[in-house]
Amino acid sequence: MADLTSDFVGIRSPNPFWLASAPPTDKEYNVRRAFEAGWGGVVWKTLGAEGPPIVNVNGPRYGVVHGADRRVLGLNNIELITDRPLEVNLEEIARVKADYPDRALVVSIMVPCEEAAWKAILPRVAETGADGIELNFGCPHGMSERGMGSAVGQVPEYIEMVTRWCKQHYDKPVIVKLTPNITDIRYPARAAKNGGADAVSLINTVSSITSVNLDTFSPEPSIDGKGSHGGYCGPAVKPIALNMVAEIARDPEMKGLPISGIGGVTTWRDAAEFMALGAGNVQVCTAAMTYGFKVVQEMIAGLSDWMNRNGHGTVSDVVGRAVPNVTDWQYLNLNYVAKAKIDQEACIKCGRCFAVCEDTSHQAIVMGPERVFEVDDAECVACNLCVDVCPVEDCISMVQVAPGEVDPRTGKTVDAAYGNWTMHPNNPLSKAAE
Amino acid sequence: MAMRNRAPGIVPGRLSDDDLAVNFGDLHPAYAAHEASVAADRCYFCHDAPCVTACPTGIDIPLFIREIQTGVPEAAARTIFDQNILGGMCARVCPTETLCEEACVRQAAEGKPVEIGRLQRYATDTLMRTGTHPFTRAAPTGKTVAVVGAGPAGLACAHRLALLGHDVVIHEARAKPGGLNEFGIAAYKSTDGFAAAEVDWLLKIGGIRIEPGQALGQGLTLDGLVAGFDAVFLSVGLAGVNALRAEGAAKAGVVPAVDFIAGLRQAQDLSTLPIGRDVVVIGGGMTAVDAAVQSRLLGAETVTMAYRRDQAAMGASQFEQDLAASKGVRLMFNVTPVSVHGNGSVAEVELAYTETRDGALVETGETVRLPADQVFVAIGQTLGDLPGGLDLDGGKIAVTGAGRTSVPGVWAGGDCASGGEDLTVTAVAEGRDAAMDIHSMLSA
Ligand SMILES: Cc1cc2nc3c(=O)[nH]c(=O)nc-3n(C[C@H](O)[C@H](O)[C@H](O)COP(=O)(O)OP(=O)(O)OC[C@H]3O[C@@H](n4cnc5c(N)ncnc54)[C@H](O)[C@@H]3O)c2cc1C
Ligand SMILES: Cc1cc2nc3c(=O)[nH]c(=O)nc-3n(C[C@H](O)[C@H](O)[C@H](O)COP(=O)(O)O)c2cc1C
Ligand code: SF4
Repeated sequence: MADLTSDFVGIRSPNPFWLASAPPTDKEYNVRRAFEAGWGGVVWKTLGAEGPPIVNVNGPRYGVVHGADRRVLGLNNIELITDRPLEVNLEEIARVKADYPDRALVVSIMVPCEEAAWKAILPRVAETGADGIELNFGCPHGMSERGMGSAVGQVPEYIEMVTRWCKQHYDKPVIVKLTPNITDIRYPARAAKNGGADAVSLINTVSSITSVNLDTFSPEPSIDGKGSHGGYCGPAVKPIALNMVAEIARDPEMKGLPISGIGGVTTWRDAAEFMALGAGNVQVCTAAMTYGFKVVQEMIAGLSDWMNRNGHGTVSDVVGRAVPNVTDWQYLNLNYVAKAKIDQEACIKCGRCFAVCEDTSHQAIVMGPERVFEVDDAECVACNLCVDVCPVEDCISMVQVAPGEVDPRTGKTVDAAYGNWTMHPNNPLSKAAE
Repeated sequence: MAMRNRAPGIVPGRLSDDDLAVNFGDLHPAYAAHEASVAADRCYFCHDAPCVTACPTGIDIPLFIREIQTGVPEAAARTIFDQNILGGMCARVCPTETLCEEACVRQAAEGKPVEIGRLQRYATDTLMRTGTHPFTRAAPTGKTVAVVGAGPAGLACAHRLALLGHDVVIHEARAKPGGLNEFGIAAYKSTDGFAAAEVDWLLKIGGIRIEPGQALGQGLTLDGLVAGFDAVFLSVGLAGVNALRAEGAAKAGVVPAVDFIAGLRQAQDLSTLPIGRDVVVIGGGMTAVDAAVQSRLLGAETVTMAYRRDQAAMGASQFEQDLAASKGVRLMFNVTPVSVHGNGSVAEVELAYTETRDGALVETGETVRLPADQVFVAIGQTLGDLPGGLDLDGGKIAVTGAGRTSVPGVWAGGDCASGGEDLTVTAVAEGRDAAMDIHSMLSA
C-alpha cells in the first residue's frame, strides 16, 4: 500500500492535499469540516493586521468560465483577505490546531510592508500553535492597491526583505506564496530563497476579467454596473501553474527549495502532475469551492491507486520525477521524427482531423470515399493537432519513424543519433556544423 | 391508469380525460434551455457532416447546433428554415433514427446520437414563439404559380416561390390546409394545434393565397391551370387507399387506418372518440404503427398489429416498433388476413400464417382467429384520380430532375410523385427544389 503521509518542510500531514488559503479555510466551522472530510492540511485564510476589519464588496465577488454542461473551468474573484477580526481568527486557529494535532495548519498573513507590522502579528500567530506561516504576496486585487499582496510579490527586493523579517521574528517554517502576475517567476522565487524562506507556494490567482455582460457592457462579476480586475483560478490556470512550478524546480539556484503546488488542482491526477514537476505537496481551492470538501476523498483514493499500480511507495518517491525531462526547446531532439497514424477501426469518421489539418495545418490528411481519413506521410509534420482535436481517445497516435527509414516529407533518412538545434547546420551559432 | 372502460364494441370514453391528456402529450417533449445546451455540446461539428447528407432537405446541422450552443437559437432556426421551411414539423415527425441521427458519428461511436430532432425543435420553437417570420419577399416578379394540394410539398413549394417574388395560389380539396401534417401525423407528434399554427406562420411571407375546397378533377382541370398560370405544381399526396382483400372485409368496423387517424386528429375532445375494445391493425408501416399506438392510447384493451412478412421486412423502423411494443401493442409477423367474421359488424379476424418459399410469400395453411370489434387497414395508399396526360411511374406521377412531369409547365412533388421516400421531409425537399426549378424557368 502506498504511503500518502506528507512531510513538507517538517510539517507532517496524513496526505499531501491541503486546502489553499481562501474562503474554504476562512473559519473554524469550515476547517473542522474539511478535516473531517479528510484534508491533510489547510492554509488559513489570509489574516491582516489588527484594527478595523477588511471590507468586502456586498455584491457578487465571483465570475466564472464554463465548459460544456456548465462545468466550472475557471473562477475569478475580487474577494479580499479575511474580513473577520484578527482576534477571532487567532482563537479559532488555536482551538482547531489543538483538536487536530495530526493535521497541518499553516496561517497565511498579509500585513503592510513595515517590519513593525510583521513583528506585531508573528508572535500572536506563534501562540496559536500553528505549524507555520505562508506570506501572501500574491493577491492581485484590492490589497495590492494598498501596497500589499502582489504589489510586494512583484518586487523581488520586498519579498526578500519581508521574508527575512519573518525568519527573524518567527521560528517555525515560513512559506512564501508567489503571484503569477510577473514575467519570470524565478526572480521572486530566488528572492524568497535568499530571504531565507523554507519553501515557496504557487500560484496565487492570475489577473483576469472573465467575461463582459453584453447587455449592460459591464465586466462580470458586476457590482452596480461596474466590474474590476479579479484573480483567476481553477482548472484553466493549471498549465500556467505547472509551468511556473517546473521553472523553479529546475532552476539550479533554487535546487532543493521545497515547493507547494497550487493552481487548478482538481483531481488526483493534477496533484500527481504537480508533484512530478517538483511540488512537495499541493493546495486546492477552486475544486473545493466547486464540489465541496468531499473531493479530497477521490484525490486520496486516486493518488494511492496510481502509486500502487506504478510501485511508488511514498509521496517523496514521486516528487520531482518529471523535472529532469523538462528542458529548453533548443535541446529537444530534432532527429526524432513521428507521423500521425489513424486507427481505422476506432475512427468514427467525424472528419475533424481533416478539417483542421486541411484548413490550419499541413494538408496532410486525405479524405477518401466513404469518409475514410488517412495521413499522407509526405506532408505530415507530426504537429499533433489532429490527435488533439480527435474526439476518440487513442484513435490517432503519433508513431515514431524508426531511425534508418526515410521520412517521405523531407526525403532524408532518419538519424539514430541525438541532434538538437545547437548542433543544427541551420543554426548560425551551431557548434557542430561544419 | 386510473380508469379503463372495458365495454365491448366501439365506444367513446374508455379513459379519463387526465389519462388521455397524458397519453397524447408530446412523444419527444421540448427541451428546456439547459437541456438544449447540454445536448448541443455533444455535437462534434463534423467536417462535411454525414447528418447533413442524410437529411433530405440538407439542413446545415452542425452549424445550427453550434448556434444553439452559443446561445443564439433564433440564428439556428434561420439556418434550419433556409433549407426547410417546415423545420418545425420535421423536428417533430421525422424518423430521425433512419435519417440524420442514424448518420450521426456518435451513433457509430456510442449508439447514442446527438438528438438532432429535438435540438431542431428547440431552435424552431424559439423563433416561432416570437411570432415573427424570418424571411422577406423579393420584389414582385408578376408571375403567378398554381399549387395543387396544401400538404408539406405544396406549402414548401409555395413558400419558396413567394420568397422569390412570385405569387402563388394553392388549390386545396379539403377545408383546411396542412395535408397529412393536419390529418395524418400521429397526434402525439404534433400537439397543441402545431400543424395549423405552422401554416399560419409560413403564410406570413405573403403572396400565397389558399383556395380551400377546390379539388383538381372536381371543377379544376389541369388544362385550365396550365392556361391560367405561369406554372403548375402538383402536390396532391396519396388520396386513395388499398382495400383489404379478405372475405367479409365490407363488414362494419373495418375502416382505412388513415380515416381513423384523420378523425382522431380533428377530434376536439378525444373522450368522445369511439374506439374498439379489441383492435386489429393490418399492415406493417408507419401508418399501421400510428393507428395501433393511438388505439391503445385511446384505451383499447388489446391491439394487435398483423403484418404479413417477417420483422426485418417491416416498413416501420425499429424505433417505431419499440414504441408500439412499449405502448402495449402486440406485433404479429407472418400473418395475413383471410376473413373477417361477425354478424354485420366485425367480431373476429381470421389470419393465415405465412412463410417465404422460393422467394414467394405463401400461406402455411394454419390460421388463427383474433377477437376484434374494430379493424384498421393500413396496407398502403395510392394516387387518387388524376387528370390524364400525366405519365405515371410505379403508380405515381413520373418526374425527372427537380419534379418535372411529362406535361410542360407542370411539376409534381411529395407523395404523389415518383422517387424519394414518403416522408414529410422528402415532400418539403421536393417542393422546395421544384420551386427553384420553376423559378429558373420563369426567370429565363
Ligand atoms: C398516418 C400517417 C402517418 C405519417 N407519419 C409520418 C411521420 O411521422 N413522419 C413523416 O416524415 N412522415 C409521415 N407520414 C408521411 C407524410 O405525412 C407524407 O409523406 C407527407 O405528408 C407527404 O406530403 P404531400 O404534401 O406530398 O402530401 P399530403 O400531406 O398528403 O398533402 C396532400 C394535399 O393535397 C390535397 N389534395 C389531394 N387531392 C387533391 C386534389 N385532387 N385537389 C386538390 N387538393 C388535393 C390533400 O387534401 C392534402 O391537403 C405519415 C403518413 C401517414 C398517412
Ligand atoms: C475567493 C478566493 C479568495 C482567495 N483568497 C485568498 C487569500 O485570502 N489568500 C491567498 O493567499 N490566496 C487566496 N486565494 C487564492 C487561492 O488560495 C489559490 O492560490 C488560487 O485560487 C489557485 O488555486 P485553485 O486553482 O485551486 O483555486 C483566493 C482564491 C479565491 C478563489
Ligand atoms: S500531425 Fe499535424 S500535420 Fe500531421 S496529420 Fe495531424 S494535423 Fe496534419
